[in-house]
Amino acid sequence: MTVRKNQAQLTATEKRRFVDALLELKRNGQYDTFVTTHNAFIMGDTDNGERVGHRSPSFLPWHRRFLIQFEQQLQAVDPSVALPYWDWTADRTAASSLWAADFLGGTGRSRDGRVTDGPFAFAAGKWPVSIRVDGRDYLRRDLGAGGRQLPTRAEVDSVLAMATYDAPPWNSASDGFRNHLEGWRGVNLHNRVHVWVGGQMATGVSPNDPVFWMHHAFIDKLWAEWQTRHPDSTYLPAAGTRNVVDLRETMRPWNDVTPADMLDHTRHYTFDTAA
Amino acid sequence: MPELTRRRALGAVAGAAAAVAVAGTTAAAARTGRTVSAPSAEPASFDEVFQGRRIQGAPSEASGHHGGGHHGGGHGGGHGGGFAVHIDGKELHVMRNADGTWISVVNHYETFATPRAVARAAVAELQGAALVPLVTT
Repeated sequence: MTVRKNQAQLTATEKRRFVDALLELKRNGQYDTFVTTHNAFIMGDTDNGERVGHRSPSFLPWHRRFLIQFEQQLQAVDPSVALPYWDWTADRTAASSLWAADFLGGTGRSRDGRVTDGPFAFAAGKWPVSIRVDGRDYLRRDLGAGGRQLPTRAEVDSVLAMATYDAPPWNSASDGFRNHLEGWRGVNLHNRVHVWVGGQMATGVSPNDPVFWMHHAFIDKLWAEWQTRHPDSTYLPAAGTRNVVDLRETMRPWNDVTPADMLDHTRHYTFDTAA
Repeated sequence: MPELTRRRALGAVAGAAAAVAVAGTTAAAARTGRTVSAPSAEPASFDEVFQGRRIQGAPSEASGHHGGGHHGGGHGGGHGGGFAVHIDGKELHVMRNADGTWISVVNHYETFATPRAVARAAVAELQGAALVPLVTT
């Protein structure tokens, strides 16, 4: 059974195997297909049109399925690997071991934002940014630029306290747990973390930075924590909602999985601590 | 989507937009001093040189203005709100949110009050790099 661990608790061996599996998916071309898929949805999902991956109730089950698929690809390379999660309420500075040279490498240099250390630095030769929106083919970051702050645990708890999963109009203007977790409204959790990292993580091709998976693994864990806090609440809407994925409707691009299928993460993995 | 329908939809969330603006929810908002404009207002066209680069914004055809289908999941148009932004002649993919704010493909998780603000933010983000159609190989 796959156990997703806090990245801060990984052993040196676990870090190395995770990084090696990422590099292999990059080398064999599978990694970039995930970047392409994500960007296609982020550019196609609109507040007043069809929306599946973002700014909609299916933001959470869509990313859960997307991460499971990615994790399965990693495990095809190395069956011991699981996606770690990054609790950015705890590891909230650029000095975190997450950003050390033996793991993801650090922030970008000031001149052009280029990451210059770690296994994903352009100079290491194994991480060309191929799926991109501008001419730059090197991984970039600008951790905490302009004094930006990552969300605090108190801010997370304020969102986890929201008992309603989602609400009309089921988009970036919605009240409820999903949109506050996604960050279009309120204290802003998920979106803010993308902006805090900067570089490709702030763009539509954000999975170019491997921290994307660890950020979304934590967002996914927060969904599980919310379920534990609100056992009488569930995914909404239930049925008949135009342009929106209802509980038992299938999600693109898989077309064989529904939000209902994704509600119980323990069918696929567990966490190292109670979710 | 018919313009009247969209305007009505936008008007319905004006209250939410105002609440967000008052709350001043992000550091970015304070940093850029953005304010949320009246959601029903059509954005103004612009054409200027910002940090050495030409940025232009103007209403566009309601559909198909992206051409090429380079973003796959493609709904052709609509999510640009019928407004196109260019940097040095290359199209910057932009999207309008329900509350009237804007994002672009290079600042996709941070909202801006106007297409001009989103274009200026993209110039800063690009640090001189040219926009390219999405490279998929």
